[in-house]
Amino acid sequence: MKPAPFDWHAPESVAEALALKARHGEDARFLAGGQSLVPAMNFRIAQPAVLVDLNRVAGLDAIAVGADGSLTIGAMARNAAIERHAGAVKSHPILAEALHEVAHPQVRNRGTLGGNLSHADPASEMPAVMLALAARFLIRSARGERQVAAAEFFLGPLTTALELDEMLAEIRLPPLPPRSGTAWLEIARRRGEYAMMGVAAVVTRDAAGICTAVRLACCSAGPTPMAAPKAAASLVGTKLTDADLAQAAALLKQEIAPTGSVQASPAYQRHLAGVIAARALATAWERAA
Amino acid sequence: METRQIGRPLTRNEDPRLLTGRALFVDDVELPGMLHAAFLRSPHARAAIRSIDTDAAKARAGVVAVITAEDLGEYWQPGPLLVPPPPIKGMVFRQRCQVPLAKGEVRHVGEPVVMVVAESRYVAEDAVGDIVVEYEPLPPVIGLEAALSSDSPRVHADLPDNIAADVHQAKGDYAAARAKAAHLIRRRFTYDRGASNPMETRGIVAQWDHKAEKLTVWDTTQAPVFIRNGLAAMLGLSERQVRVVAPFIGGGFGPKMMMFYPEEVLVPWMALRLDRPVKWIEDRLEHFTATTQERSQVHDCELALDARGKILGVRDDFLMDTGAYNPYGLTVPLNSQCTLLNCYDVPAYDSRFRAIYTNRTLVTPYRGAGRQHGIFVMERMLDAAARELGLDRAEIRRRNLIPADAFPYHNELIYQDFAPLTYDSGNYAPILDKALHAIGYAEFAAEKAKARAEGRHLGLGVVCYVEGTGIGPYEGAKVRVQASGKVTLATGVGTQGQGHFTSFAQVVAEQLGVDVRDVEVTTGDTDVFDWGAGTFASRGAVVTGSAAHGAAVEVRTKILKTAAEHFECAEADLVLADGAVSIAGVPENRITLGELARLANPMRGAVKPGTVPGLEATSYFGPQMGATAAGAHAMVIEIDAQTMRPTILRYVVVHDCGTVLNPLILSGQIQGGVAQGIGNAFFEELVWTDDGQLLNASLADYLLPTALDVPRMDVLHTETPSPLNPLGTKGAGEGGAIPVGALFAQAIEDALDLPARGIEVSEIPLSPSRLWEICNPSG
Ligand SMILES: Cc1cc2nc3c(=O)[nH]c(=O)nc-3n(C[C@H](O)[C@H](O)[C@H](O)COP(=O)(O)OP(=O)(O)OC[C@H]3O[C@@H](n4cnc5c(N)ncnc54)[C@H](O)[C@@H]3O)c2cc1C
Repeated sequence: MKPAPFDWHAPESVAEALALKARHGEDARFLAGGQSLVPAMNFRIAQPAVLVDLNRVAGLDAIAVGADGSLTIGAMARNAAIERHAGAVKSHPILAEALHEVAHPQVRNRGTLGGNLSHADPASEMPAVMLALAARFLIRSARGERQVAAAEFFLGPLTTALELDEMLAEIRLPPLPPRSGTAWLEIARRRGEYAMMGVAAVVTRDAAGICTAVRLACCSAGPTPMAAPKAAASLVGTKLTDADLAQAAALLKQEIAPTGSVQASPAYQRHLAGVIAARALATAWERAA
Repeated sequence: METRQIGRPLTRNEDPRLLTGRALFVDDVELPGMLHAAFLRSPHARAAIRSIDTDAAKARAGVVAVITAEDLGEYWQPGPLLVPPPPIKGMVFRQRCQVPLAKGEVRHVGEPVVMVVAESRYVAEDAVGDIVVEYEPLPPVIGLEAALSSDSPRVHADLPDNIAADVHQAKGDYAAARAKAAHLIRRRFTYDRGASNPMETRGIVAQWDHKAEKLTVWDTTQAPVFIRNGLAAMLGLSERQVRVVAPFIGGGFGPKMMMFYPEEVLVPWMALRLDRPVKWIEDRLEHFTATTQERSQVHDCELALDARGKILGVRDDFLMDTGAYNPYGLTVPLNSQCTLLNCYDVPAYDSRFRAIYTNRTLVTPYRGAGRQHGIFVMERMLDAAARELGLDRAEIRRRNLIPADAFPYHNELIYQDFAPLTYDSGNYAPILDKALHAIGYAEFAAEKAKARAEGRHLGLGVVCYVEGTGIGPYEGAKVRVQASGKVTLATGVGTQGQGHFTSFAQVVAEQLGVDVRDVEVTTGDTDVFDWGAGTFASRGAVVTGSAAHGAAVEVRTKILKTAAEHFECAEADLVLADGAVSIAGVPENRITLGELARLANPMRGAVKPGTVPGLEATSYFGPQMGATAAGAHAMVIEIDAQTMRPTILRYVVVHDCGTVLNPLILSGQIQGGVAQGIGNAFFEELVWTDDGQLLNASLADYLLPTALDVPRMDVLHTETPSPLNPLGTKGAGEGGAIPVGALFAQAIEDALDLPARGIEVSEIPLSPSRLWEICNPSG
C-alpha cells in the first residue's frame, strides 16, 4: 500500500495551477484534502504521474454569505470550516447537518468541498445536497471560466463534467426562499460511514401553510446523486399529511436506481429511501414553519 | 502495603510505556542497511501458474532479490501440521499445509507467489508491479455444499474430494433418547465468521549477525519458542543461534498463533542469504487475504426433549469451511462440536462434522475459535424449544443446567487438547440468576409493552455459555531476586495486550512480599526463556500463571532459608513482607531481599553441595486438562422496525473464571471480547464473490465496531475456583466474544416479535439489510 512514484508541484496561484494541469493533462491530478485521492494512490488504483497540490494556492478557500442569503464557497474550503461557519449554518443549515455525517472530524479537517464534489462518489452526501439546493459550480481553466448547474455536473460514478484541464473553483448556492425548511437524513451502518441511503429535503410553504416548492435528492441511490422531481412535485399544494408523504415516498422509490453494496441490497436501499424520505420531509416541513 | 496481591484491581505495569509510545513493536525495529520485502500474491482463487517473468523486476533500480518457488530449492517445503488431530476412532483426516510460495497452482486469493526484496518498500511494490505471471484461471471451490458434490472441482487435485476431515463423536444413545422424546426440534443454522483484524497487522524483521553467527528475528507471533525451534531446524542452525523476539504486539486473537506463515519462512532465509536485515510489515490489504480467518459453518441440528423441557439428547451434523489448507488440524471444528453442549446436562449426543477445503483464505482459531458456533446452535435450539413447549426461555435453561453437585462433569467426548471433555468445576444457576436480575428480566415485559405503546421496539436477550480454557501442554517461568531487591520473571509466552506484565507480577508479588511494580516481567524473548508453547486458548493466566506461582513459591522457600541462616533462627519465626525479611515481633531485625540475594551469591566461601546459587527458581506447569469457565450475557436492545437499526440499551455480563487475578484486567478482556462479538454478530462480514474474490478487503468496507458501537456494560462475577491448578483460576480471554451472536438473534426476535410472524433468526452475521430481507422475504 505504497503509492507508485509521482512528481509533486505546489503552485501558489490559480493561474499557475491551471497552467500545470493544462500542461500535464491526463497524467496530472489536483490534490485537495487528499482524503480520497491518497488512499486510492496507496491502493495503486490511481497512479497519477503528477500531483498539482492546491493547498498553497491563495484565495480558493473563502466562504461568503451574500446580502440576499446566497452563499459562495471556495473549492478548497475545508469541510470542517463550512460546518462551523456561522453564516453558512444560518443561510443553508442543511450543509452543516449533512457535513456532520461526512466521515469523521479528522477527515473533515482535511477534506474540502471542492474535492468531495470533484470526486463525485455517488454514495457521498454533498453532491445530493448540492442538487437539493440547486447549486451552481464555477469552473476555471487556462482557457477561461464557465458555470455548470449541479444537475449537469455529475455524470456517473466518479465522473463529472470537468474537462481534463479544468478546476472546480467555487460553489454558488442561491438563497433559500422565506418559510423554507431543510433536512438531511441518512442511514449508515456506523457513525461517519458512507450512507446506505441518504435524503436531502428542501420544502417551502406559503403563509397559509400550503407547500409551494419541494426539492428532493438522494445519495447511494444510483450512478449519480439522484433527484426525485416527481415525488417533489406531488407535494406542492399539499400540507404534507402522512398520506401525502406516503405517496411521495412511493414515487421517490420509483425515481431512484440503487445498485446495492456490500452493506445493503438494492431492495433494502429502496425501502430505506421511502422510510427516510418521509421522515426528512416531515422534519423539513416542521422547520419551514 | 497490602499483603494480598491476587485479586487487586491494579492498573497495568506496562501502560506507561504503551501510552507514551516507548514500547517496542516489530515495525519500530530499524537497522542499518535494512531491506524491505513485498509479495506478489495470487489475484485468483484458483489458477494454474503457466509462467512467471521476473526480468523487469530484477532490472529495476533498488531491487536486490526476486524469488519464486523454484528459487527456494530444497528450502521449499509445506508448513508443518501444527496441531495433529486427537485420536478419535474412525475419523478421516487429510492434511494439506500451506507452502512458502505457490508452485504450479494457486489456491486462494492472496497466496504469495513471488517475493521481492528491495532498498525500500516503495521500490519493492513497484517491482511487484513489474512481474508478469501467466495464470490459467480454474473454477474455484467456494460454497460448502457445492464442494461436496461429486462433480465439484477439487482444491487439492491429489485428494479424492474436498473433505479435509470427517469426524463423528457420540455420548450416550441418541437413538434411544429420540425414541422417548415428547418433542423433537429440528433447525438449520449458518454462522459466518470474519477476520480478527488486530490493530497491528503481522510483521517480521530478521537480522543475521555474521560475527556472532546469530540470527535475530522480531516477529508478531503468539508463539516465539516454536518459531525459534522451527527456524533453527529449517535453516540448519543450532537453537542457540536463533533468537526470536515477540515484542509488544498490537493484538493477536489467534491468527498470529498460526505457524509458519510463508513470510515467517522466507524473511529470515533472505536475511541469511543476503547478509542484510530484511523487514516485512503486512499491510491491511494483504491482511485481509493472507492472514488466517475463521468462518462458515452450516449446522443441521435436532434436539430431543421430554414433556417438561428437559433435554434428552442432541444430534448435530455440520459442515465447516477450513479454507485452502489446514495446518491447525481440527481445533476449530472440535471446539464447535464440544462447546455445543454448553452448560447443560445432555445425556445423549451424536455429532458429526466434515471440514471442507475451499479456495478461500485458511481458517485457524480466532477468539472463540469455533465455540461461538456451537453456543449459537444450542442457544437457538433452546429458544425454539421454549416456544414449542410454552416455557419461559430462562426457565428452560434453568431446568437443563448441570447441577452444582455434578462436577466434575463428564461429557465423554475428546476435546481439542486430546483430553476427555470434562468440566472441572462450576455453579451455573447463580450465574443465570444474577444476569436475569441485573438486566431486569422480571420487569421487562412491562417495560417492553410501555415502549411499544410509544411505537418503540424493545427486545431482551439472555444466553449462557461455557469456555474451555487453560489447556496444556505446559508453560514455564523463571523467577529471580536481583541484588537490587527487585524481582524478575521470565516466561516463554508472547503477549499481545493481555496485561501479562501485571497479572503475572501479582502472582509473584503475592509470594515474595514485594511491590507489584517491582516485578519486571519478560515475555516472548527466546534468549531469556525458551521453553513453552504460546499464548492461545485462554491459557496464559492458568498455565503460565501457575508456573509463575510455582517458581515464586520455590524462591520464597529459598529466601526464608537464606534468612534463617543469616539470623540463625527458625524459618517459622520469619516474616516476609515489604521487600524484606524480619524476625516476627522484632521488626528492627530486618534484611532486605537485595541483601539476601547477595548472600545467596557469595564472592567468598563456597556454595554448599546440593544447593544452587542465587534466589532463583524455574518451574513448569502442565494442566491435566482444560478448566471450563462459564457465564451468561443479557442485553436489551431497541430496534427501529423500519430501518432495522438496533441500539443496545443495556448489556450485562456475568462471568465465572474461578479465582480472579486482577478484576480490572479481566473486565478489559471481557469488554474487548464483547466488542469483537458485536462486530461478529452485527457489523463484520467477509463478502466473497462466487469466483472467490473478497469484495470488502479494506476497513472502509469491512466494518469493525467503533467506540460508539460498543455499549457500556455491567461486568459481574461469580468465583468457582478450578481444582486443576494452584491458583484456582480459569481462562477469560474468549468468553466475552462467544455468546454475542446467540444473544443478538434472540433479542432481535424478541424486539420485532418475529416468532409470532413465523420468522426465526438462524444465521449470523445480521446486517440491517439482511435482517430486513429475512423479515420481508418477498422484498
Ligand atoms: C475514513 C474516511 C471516511 C469518509 N467518509 C465519507 C463519507 O461518509 N461521505 C463522503 O462524502 N465522503 C467521505 N469520505 C471522503 C472525504 O469526504 C473526502 O475528503 C472527499 O471525498 C474528497 O475531498 P478531498 O478534499 O480530500 O479531495 P482529494 O482526495 O484531494 O481529491 C479527490 C479527487 O478530486 C480531485 N479534485 C480535488 N479538488 C479538485 C478541484 N478543485 N477541481 C478539480 N478536481 C479536484 C482530485 O484530483 C481527486 O481526483 C471519507 C474519507 C475517509 C478517509
